Amino acid sequence: MNKSAYLTSFILVVILALLPLVLRPYHTGLLTLILIFSIFAMSLDILQGYTGLSSLGHAAFLGTAAYVAAILNVKVFNGCNFGIELTAGVVSAAAMAAILGLIVLRSRGVYFLMILLASSMMLWGIAFKWRKVTGGDDGLSGISRPDLSFIGFDLGATTDFYYFVLFFFVCSTILIYMVVRSAFGHTLVGIRESELRMHSLGYDIWLHKYIAFIVAAIFAGVAGVLMAYYNRFVSPSELHLVTSVEALIMVILGGAGTLFGPAIGAGIVILVKTFVSGYTEHWMIILGIVYIASVMFAPQGVYKIFQEQLRKGLFAWKLSKS
Amino acid sequence: MEALEVVKLSKSFGGLHAVRDVSFRVMQGERMAIIGPNGAGKTTLFQLISGMLTPSGGSVFAFGTDITKLPPNRRAGIGIGRTFQITQLFMNLTVLENVVLALEALHKMRFNLLRPLSSYRQLLAQAEDILKRWGMLDRRDTMARNLSYGEQRQLEIILTLSQNRSILLLDEPTCGLSPEEARSFVSMIRDLPRTITILIIDHDIDVTFEIAEKVMVLHFGAVIAYGPSEEVKVNPRVQDIYMGSQ
Repeated sequence: MNKSAYLTSFILVVILALLPLVLRPYHTGLLTLILIFSIFAMSLDILQGYTGLSSLGHAAFLGTAAYVAAILNVKVFNGCNFGIELTAGVVSAAAMAAILGLIVLRSRGVYFLMILLASSMMLWGIAFKWRKVTGGDDGLSGISRPDLSFIGFDLGATTDFYYFVLFFFVCSTILIYMVVRSAFGHTLVGIRESELRMHSLGYDIWLHKYIAFIVAAIFAGVAGVLMAYYNRFVSPSELHLVTSVEALIMVILGGAGTLFGPAIGAGIVILVKTFVSGYTEHWMIILGIVYIASVMFAPQGVYKIFQEQLRKGLFAWKLSKS
Repeated sequence: MEALEVVKLSKSFGGLHAVRDVSFRVMQGERMAIIGPNGAGKTTLFQLISGMLTPSGGSVFAFGTDITKLPPNRRAGIGIGRTFQITQLFMNLTVLENVVLALEALHKMRFNLLRPLSSYRQLLAQAEDILKRWGMLDRRDTMARNLSYGEQRQLEIILTLSQNRSILLLDEPTCGLSPEEARSFVSMIRDLPRTITILIIDHDIDVTFEIAEKVMVLHFGAVIAYGPSEEVKVNPRVQDIYMGSQ
């Protein structure tokens, strides 16, 4: 990353940090949700955009982490034990990926997609039926948020909770950036571009995919735990196919294989969902139209267009100066 | 020392016997060509040796180790490198990044999740060196997909050669190269140290005989002639197949 990219990122974070000062609490809450989904979508992008693995079961990891954190919160601690809940949530998401990965990564393409989809819906079924532990379709409510009063944060307040999520968003983004820029991340792109060649060059493709799968699940797990605190409630819908599909749309809409693309996609999807669902329950139709339009006119995603325009703008500005 | 030994290797696809009972030995440092009409099973044989396909029967040994059941990446580790008849490049990566991926496969760093690739200065310098040697340094930042066909073929070969594997399987390496490019390719291959064993499939008979001292002729999946190039050239059955019977 060059200097101007660091500067842009820094400015972005500053803007995100200042936004609650001008937004109404309702909108700050919405922005919080967008940040949580951004982490989720960016984690999926490690698979979709970088490794070339299309997944329709990513909700499995979000949901597992959310449920584990929620069960500990509501049934075990009767209150929030943040360190343990976050760790347990993330570790269980990673473990789930480690188990599912053994099965699903044996297959490729559409088969991979279908087997993972089926596995994740099985988890949904468990959450739905195992009423004693998961609360069934009533879900688990009464989740208490972490207590950060010792540093003067009241996470019950919308704005304070927003900063709490922003912190995790920034950390996750930095870590994901490091992964995709690493030597390992380079091999993932190689797998996306040509598995055959990677194999004959001596790479154990399965192992690389497996590690990527677990890393992606870890960040999906972070999003899941945050989601549980945000809603103060978890339900089987966290594990549902619709959640996986939404994430995939966010990634493709924003720009697969880019760092910030999925975050922009998350923003668009959640705004459409929120505002259109106020007028009609058929908001999925509008989202569908937006999605089709983006695939037709911006197949590389919104972020690439934005980048292109920015580059042209900068170029014109430099020309006018010289 | 035998670099490669193939014993009664067969592969059938349904009723089609693409490779039948092929046996041969290649000593370390030998250069062997596999020729034969289209559909003779040459590429299938390469797929079997490199592990892209599993044989229906027979075995493959490399340096005395039975590799018949090993996946391609393990065979690469034992020393088998190959090029592809149909170009297999990382099209959306730059030329330099392509070579870096080939080099990275040989290092533990491929599992480093946190250290940026750009910080491996030595590896990048090594990749640049390789490009320089092949006269492609000026293309280092070009996307592989934007290269000309000839350049893509060249990169195809560079990727394989840069790994310094001890057995090279070259599948139609000069296909699509201009005569000059083909000539510089031949001299490049001839300059390789004699510790490296080479198996080559090529339609260009001149290229084949300039590189290889031994020739194996395949016809409908079976070996019909095998020996020093001079002998094979005058073998009446080979002439039959290539020239048609008189």
